[in-house]
Amino acid sequence: MKSCTVLGVQADGSTVRTVEDLAPDPDHLHPLQAAFVEHHGLQCGYCTPGMLMTALDLLERSPDPSDPEIRDALHGNYCRCTGYQSIVRSIQAGAAVMRGEPATAWSPE
Amino acid sequence: MNPAAFAYERAETLDDALRLLGDHGFDGKVVAGGQSLLPLMKLRLARPELLIDIGRLGALRGVHELPDGRLGIGALTTYADLLDSVLVLQLALMADAVPHIADVQVRNRGTIGGSIAHADPAGDVPALLLALGAEVVARSAARGERSIAIEEFFLGPFATALEPDELLTEIRMPAPSGASGSAYQRLAQQASGFAIAGVAVVVGQTGGSSADGPVDDVRVAVTGVGDTPYRATAVEAALEGTTLDRPSIDAAAARITDGVAVQSDIHADRDYRSAMAGVMARRALQSARERLFEEPSPGRVESGG
Repeated sequence: MKSCTVLGVQADGSTVRTVEDLAPDPDHLHPLQAAFVEHHGLQCGYCTPGMLMTALDLLERSPDPSDPEIRDALHGNYCRCTGYQSIVRSIQAGAAVMRGEPATAWSPE
Repeated sequence: MNPAAFAYERAETLDDALRLLGDHGFDGKVVAGGQSLLPLMKLRLARPELLIDIGRLGALRGVHELPDGRLGIGALTTYADLLDSVLVLQLALMADAVPHIADVQVRNRGTIGGSIAHADPAGDVPALLLALGAEVVARSAARGERSIAIEEFFLGPFATALEPDELLTEIRMPAPSGASGSAYQRLAQQASGFAIAGVAVVVGQTGGSSADGPVDDVRVAVTGVGDTPYRATAVEAALEGTTLDRPSIDAAAARITDGVAVQSDIHADRDYRSAMAGVMARRALQSARERLFEEPSPGRVESGG
C-alpha cells in the first residue's frame, strides 16, 4: 500500500513493514537491494523504497515473474530517472538470487 | 500536502458506524480504504469535520452467495479480495476489468463500496455494476435496510442516492442466466488512469447461445463521458433483436451519447470525448459479441478461477 494514503491512526495496532526491514544488518543488504545496486536499479533513490517493497510483494506471490508481470506490478510506482529498464532487470536479478540462483554481475545490454 | 484538521472515530461495530452516521451524517464522512477520499482531503477539496472509519468492520468484507442465487459483495471488499474470489471471477466482466483498475497498491486498499459511494463520474466500477445490473444495499439506524437499483444510485458527480445517515453495506449481483458475452473498453487519461471514455457491455441470449441468433439482453454502461455514469439505453434498444452484426453495432454505437451532456475538460473536449465514446462502444460490443458466439459463458461454473 502507499503510505501517503493511509492515516497513521488507521494503522493503529497493525504491523507496518517498510524498506528498513529488508537488510539483515547494517553491513549486508537484502538480495533485492543488492541487485538494485549491481544492476543500476536506482539513480536518485527517491522511488527506491517503494520499488523494493512493491517488487518484494510481487515476488512473494510470484517468485519467477515475466517482465510484463513486473511492469504491471510497478504500475503505481513512478521513477523519473531510470526509465524502468534497469529496475526491471534488477528485480529479475534479485528474484533469481531469492530463488537460490547465484548473483549475476551487471553487463551492458 | 496536509489535510485540514479533522476529528476521527473508528467504528468497532456496524451499529457503532450507523450511530455515528446518524449523529454526524452532515459534517462527517465515511472512510474505508481511503484511496479516493484521502487524496481529496490532502488537496483540501474535501474537508470533513469528522472521519468515520469503517475499515475494520469485518462483517462488511467478503463475497458470499445469497439464498436467491445472487452474489453478495460486502462494501468493504477490496479489489484484491475480488480478484481472489472464485465467485466474482465467474462474472467474466469483473474478471476482465478489475485487474486493470488503478494499481496494485490501490487495489490492496480500495473497496468496491467506497468506489461507488465516492461516485466519481469517471470511475470504472460504476460502469461495471451498471452493465451487470447490480443492486446496492444501504442501512441506517433510523430506518433499517433498503435496496437501491444501481440505475438510481448515481445522482451526479460525487453524489449518490445515499442519505446522510445511510451506510452502503452490500452490493448484490444478479446470477448469470442464459449465455452471455461481455467486455470493458476504456480510453484512459495517461497520468491518472481515469476513463476519458469507458464502455462496459454485457450481451446475452436468455435462452442459451445459438450462434448468430438474435440477442435479447443488451446492457451498455458508460463512464467518464457524462456528469454521472449511465446506461446507454438508445444503444441497447437499437441492438436488441439483432445478431450484433457489424452494421447494427456501428449504427447503435453512434448513439452512445444520446441524451447525455458530454463533459469537456483539458484532457478531452466534447467532440473528442464523444467520438472516443463511440469507438469504445464499438470495440466493446464487437468483443462481447465474439465472446458470446465464440466462447459463450455458461453462467456460473462449478469450479475454476
